[in-house]
Amino acid sequence: MNRETSRREFLAGAAAGLGLGAVIAVTPAHATPPEMQDAIRRVVGSAPVTKGRVKLELPPLSENGNTVPLTVSVESAMTPADHVRAIHVFTELNPQPEVVTFRLGPRAGRARVSTRIRLANTQTVTAIGELSDGSFWSATAAVVVTLAACLEDA
Amino acid sequence: MVALAGASFAGEIPQAERRSGYELMSRETRAMQDDDTANPGMLAVLEGGALWARKTGAGGRACADCHGDARAGMKGVAARYPAYDATLKRPVNLEQRIKLCRTERQQAPALAYESRELLALTAYVARQSRGLPIDVAIDARTQPFLDRGRAAFYRRQGQLNLACSQCHDDHWGRRLAGNTIPQAHPTGYPVYRLEWQSLGSLQRRLRNCLVGIRAEPYEYGAPEMVELELFLMWRARGMAIETPGVRP
Amino acid sequence: MANALINVPDRTRRGEVVEIKTLISHPMETGYRRSQLGARIPRDIIRLFVCTYNGTEVFRAELHPAITANPFFVFSTVATESGTLTFQWTGDNGFSVTETAAITVD
Repeated sequence: MNRETSRREFLAGAAAGLGLGAVIAVTPAHATPPEMQDAIRRVVGSAPVTKGRVKLELPPLSENGNTVPLTVSVESAMTPADHVRAIHVFTELNPQPEVVTFRLGPRAGRARVSTRIRLANTQTVTAIGELSDGSFWSATAAVVVTLAACLEDA
Repeated sequence: MVALAGASFAGEIPQAERRSGYELMSRETRAMQDDDTANPGMLAVLEGGALWARKTGAGGRACADCHGDARAGMKGVAARYPAYDATLKRPVNLEQRIKLCRTERQQAPALAYESRELLALTAYVARQSRGLPIDVAIDARTQPFLDRGRAAFYRRQGQLNLACSQCHDDHWGRRLAGNTIPQAHPTGYPVYRLEWQSLGSLQRRLRNCLVGIRAEPYEYGAPEMVELELFLMWRARGMAIETPGVRP
Repeated sequence: MANALINVPDRTRRGEVVEIKTLISHPMETGYRRSQLGARIPRDIIRLFVCTYNGTEVFRAELHPAITANPFFVFSTVATESGTLTFQWTGDNGFSVTETAAITVD
């Protein structure tokens, strides 16, 4: 499958080529979109995942992939009869696809959670909302990840 | 997104055009700094508050025993550092002042540069100056150190043969490796740098810059570092302290 | 020695949805980084965060290395009664931190 060289790999190679030595830590192996699909399947099983009802808020351009603020929300009345059971977040190009799973319930009042995540590359993040009726809903958001200038030796 | 016009000519940034790195950050990173309940640097400030009250050393004294409530006692202190030490006959930065108090006044074991404890105490003290204008004293005693710091700022060095001024006076607002170059005012130190995912001192950041231009970084506490700090704080005179800042 | 920053509204009305913010200091070492000499730095992360309200679990987060250092969560819960919110973080190398916050519900 076609996967373009990541920024980190390119810059590390360019820096090495200039004889500057490794200014960037060795990149980890990347997961791939098919691996992300596998990870999603482990959560949803054979149930269909429908786009919608989930809103994923991420900055389109991140100043530093180490800390990317993320907010995910799901439209739901959050009643005992009809609520969000869980929200799962995945990436396609991080070393592993799973990011976090939030377990909610009617006590939450609102299905809206914020956190900060790491993104190893410019990529698309996927959030899957799991409802009490067993249905799965999804949303995606693409983030461009830039590198910090002037790093330190590890 | 503010349209930035970086200086297109060599020379000092005019006073009215000085901008904190805060203004060049993304909305999300600014939000991280603005919210004390979400700013990761506040963890260190909290820890520093606990250390401030903790008795230590041969005399079993806490910072609070001599200095009282830091909110009053330390107000304005960080804005004045580096400051001249009459005994050592040279300026010391805030970290060095805390280290000196620790060993000389509290008779406690020394705190290492960049140690968690020293960073926490420095962050706690500096936090008490938040919002106050930077105001380092330049007089006959500190002038020679300021001059050396200024010379270092404008001197080309390292394998890349770059002077600080070339990025931070001449090309601030433009991009380096996808990031916006700041004017390099030390308004938020100790700062939570997203790249470090932890709090760090100005000297740690300066060492990163030196490594970035492939120059040998000075050791923590080196006179050259303190002189450069003094110059940077003087260059940022009048700008408000933001500690704990958040920066990419 | 971890420390945590927790933000819970002091007073609230019954039935209101309150927002809770938690921040805990932890490096969240991914296990994918290598030292300058090439040796892999072992994984050391918080794996689980649980919030209980007077003993009933109201929120849980299962963390992976992609959660940033000093994990930060904002979540909500319905104010049902006055009492105690308990926050527990557990993870690798026996990491376990518990904090509490009082909640007053009118």
